[in-house]
Amino acid sequence: MTQTPPPQTFFFDRFGLDARALESTLGSALARRADFADLYFEFRTVQGMSLEEGSVKKTTHSVSQGVGVRVLAGDKTGYAYSDEVTVERLQVAAEHARQIASAPGASTSVDLRRNTAAQPHALYPVESAQIARPLPERVALLERVDREARAYDPRITNVMASFAIEEKIVLIANSAGELIADRQPLLRLQVACIAEDGGKRHSASAGGGGRVAFDFLVDDEERALKFAREAARQAIVAFDAVDTPAGQMTVVLGPGWPGVLLHEAVGHGLEGDFNRKGTSAFAKLMGERVASELCTVVDDGTIPSRRGSLNVDDEGVPTRRNVLIEKGRLTGYLQDRLNARLMGVEPTGNGRRESFMHYPMPRMTNTFMLAGEDDPEDIIRSVDRGLYAVSFGGGQVDITNGKFVFSASEAYLIEGGRIGAPVKDATLIGNGPDVLTRISRVGGDLKLDEGIGVCGKDGQSVPVGVGLPTIRIDGLTVGGTRA
Amino acid sequence: MSRPAGAIDPLEVAERVVERALRAGATACDAVVVEAESSSTTVRLGEVETVKLSRERRLGLRCFAGEASAVASTADFDAAAIDAFARQVVELARAVAPDPFSGLPDPALLAGDWPDLELYDPTGLEMPPEDRVARAKSCEAAALACDPRLVNSEGADFALGSAWVAYASSAGFAGQYRSTSYSLSVAPVANEGGAMQRDYWYDAARSLSRLADPETIGRTAAARTLRRLGARPVPTQQVPIVFDPQTAASLVGHLAGAVCGGALYRRASFLLGKLGDEIASPLFTVIDDGRMPRGLASRPFDAEGTATRRTVVVERGVLRSYLLDGYAARKLAMASTGSAARSVGDVPSASPTNFHLAAGEHSPERIVASVQRGLYVTGLSGFGVNSVTGDYSRGASGLWIENGELTHPVEEVTIAGNLLEMYRDVEMVGNDLLFRSSIVAPTLKIRQMTLAGR
Repeated sequence: MTQTPPPQTFFFDRFGLDARALESTLGSALARRADFADLYFEFRTVQGMSLEEGSVKKTTHSVSQGVGVRVLAGDKTGYAYSDEVTVERLQVAAEHARQIASAPGASTSVDLRRNTAAQPHALYPVESAQIARPLPERVALLERVDREARAYDPRITNVMASFAIEEKIVLIANSAGELIADRQPLLRLQVACIAEDGGKRHSASAGGGGRVAFDFLVDDEERALKFAREAARQAIVAFDAVDTPAGQMTVVLGPGWPGVLLHEAVGHGLEGDFNRKGTSAFAKLMGERVASELCTVVDDGTIPSRRGSLNVDDEGVPTRRNVLIEKGRLTGYLQDRLNARLMGVEPTGNGRRESFMHYPMPRMTNTFMLAGEDDPEDIIRSVDRGLYAVSFGGGQVDITNGKFVFSASEAYLIEGGRIGAPVKDATLIGNGPDVLTRISRVGGDLKLDEGIGVCGKDGQSVPVGVGLPTIRIDGLTVGGTRA
Repeated sequence: MSRPAGAIDPLEVAERVVERALRAGATACDAVVVEAESSSTTVRLGEVETVKLSRERRLGLRCFAGEASAVASTADFDAAAIDAFARQVVELARAVAPDPFSGLPDPALLAGDWPDLELYDPTGLEMPPEDRVARAKSCEAAALACDPRLVNSEGADFALGSAWVAYASSAGFAGQYRSTSYSLSVAPVANEGGAMQRDYWYDAARSLSRLADPETIGRTAAARTLRRLGARPVPTQQVPIVFDPQTAASLVGHLAGAVCGGALYRRASFLLGKLGDEIASPLFTVIDDGRMPRGLASRPFDAEGTATRRTVVVERGVLRSYLLDGYAARKLAMASTGSAARSVGDVPSASPTNFHLAAGEHSPERIVASVQRGLYVTGLSGFGVNSVTGDYSRGASGLWIENGELTHPVEEVTIAGNLLEMYRDVEMVGNDLLFRSSIVAPTLKIRQMTLAGR
């Protein structure tokens, strides 16, 4: 394994480009009257490996590279990309992207002064050699994961375990003269177990990762094996699941991944684009009470090593900690450059895109609620009859009417203040602008998720994180079968 | 939208890569090359909002080292780079465990001659930018003109594109096909007393001439949005549920997932071991047709060169066939149904093509009229479907049915059941089947599900 050169040099060497070629492309992009132009170069490798039926049968290695050219004029966006990176293709892309700007403009020259200022953050100082281990080591780890899951219970009949080891190198040049580069490692291990007993079958999955070295999975904490046991445990628990009650009830959410509630119920609705256009249920609620006083919700792209973290967003803006809801009041939106400019505010470091094939949009990073003061066990004891949900699959929201859903994959009845029988998978549904007003208890046990979250918006997927302390919601509709 | 002068043919690239991989030591191999160009134009509130143009060219290579295999992809078509790439894939393959079920598909099933599936109609690709804008504008304008309560919009999008797919394998197969696609969609926003609702409508086709006209799409989107105004939850109860064609298609999609090879050999499907069983009502016939003319998921051969075909998956309630690629077929000791799909950088796996529930005999109006009290579902949300057990629980919105008539809109409720029971409880199937996307269904009535609300 060789040391990766600094990102800027990497692109210039690989494609035979220099600062002048970038300046000339940006100049061409601005040949009509436009407000802003940028180039986003990306080189991404993903090494995948998967195990099933006890052995590693699949390996994949994908390399993608390309450049996206964007021109902004007023509220218009012109975007063109190419996976061939040559001076000629850059010019063609710039000519296409500038189509949205109709008025002829003065010729603009861009000076990409070598911005040698240090990066604002160094959130993932992981070298290539630390993330991608030799193949036999990876194979051995997946085989240990398989054995660990099967050892948990003889009813585990199949284990599917897979890695994705990703490294993304980006270079962003813009008409403000900034030249910004970043190298973004991303590691993920996923374990799914199938359990069978007397003709009944269940499955469950667990996993984790982040912008971390391979050691994250195999150090003293042996996280890889923890994920294996967790997937096995959830699959086995499901054998005892009873029918889920249907209707409105008190719901206690456990810490960590159930933070997907915040992502769906408020996070998407606070993205700048929907609020600028007035299509979000939160559009006119800035400064208003949208949650109980116990709730403070932040989106923080600066937590070291986290899956949702970035040194700079995909427009080169440093990420930061943004308070979205403070003690129940709406205080902030998530912004990219375009929407920030049109709304007259600062970008918040939330301009993200899936790849060079996509233009950026306001997106979440790591979204979570700050810890409160209650003892989690007291919170459960406070509920006479309700649902205690600790693990979730995905969620979805209609940002215009505010209705959101998220699906519990591990939940229990609460009866007389005690945790009772597990229940079958069920979807929970609520209304974003009012669900957080029903939060009556917040635990002191804030936990972030393990690092497997993917957020989709307009067909673009980006890695994100969520987090939550134990909370009690007084009234949420549970989509069970037992009416 | 033309090929750059001097560019090499994708099929030539695929064949050359196969040859280089064999030379690098692969015992067998296959390669996919995809070249695609597309453009999309979004208009919002009468003004251009975004114009996006894209061009992609990718190569995927699968190499076998005996019974072990690996897959890799690249966008670097340089001859020297391809040699290095091929050697790397062979090396990767040697690092993994042999799998006796691996290999290229049965040569007897490879596609020979195929009919013209009418997937490629370039008339329209050269449409000038201003005409694309005009088409999106007239669609949005038609929507917003329908009612003064339609005060906002998420925009109208007109997209067109072409793709060129080539496949070659060391088993001697080499083939290619081209396709085009055109689509138009719009999402208006309505506001009444401060409460907002949004819905959308769209059409998609292989030819511009077959795309619904912008005004019809706009008016349909407007009607769908307006009828959601004033929506409210209803009390928790067990009632009959009528799914409109859009939401009925999702139920058929869950079936597609459960009959695909991967879910079966992993024992992760609620339809495992049910071949030949009655899994649904006799009104339920499901077909996967990879060669439907002009179909949005049609292709002459699958991602392993196997001939595509029409497969009856469910015949009057009886599960007749799974959908299999070569690997799943060997694992299950069956024959491939020509269902292999692959993204260039991934291992092929079975996937549906034009997968649809056959039309029934009832008009949608008659189906609604048959319900005393129940929910007509027009929107579903969330991921609450367990593909191993079939347990189903999703957020729903739609219209309340009272005495056979649509009354007030409903939202913030869930509907729950089990897919196997739901398929068996299908009581009526509509005659309103339209091929607007790859997985489609007509209106569908299910005897009873649990609705959770207030």
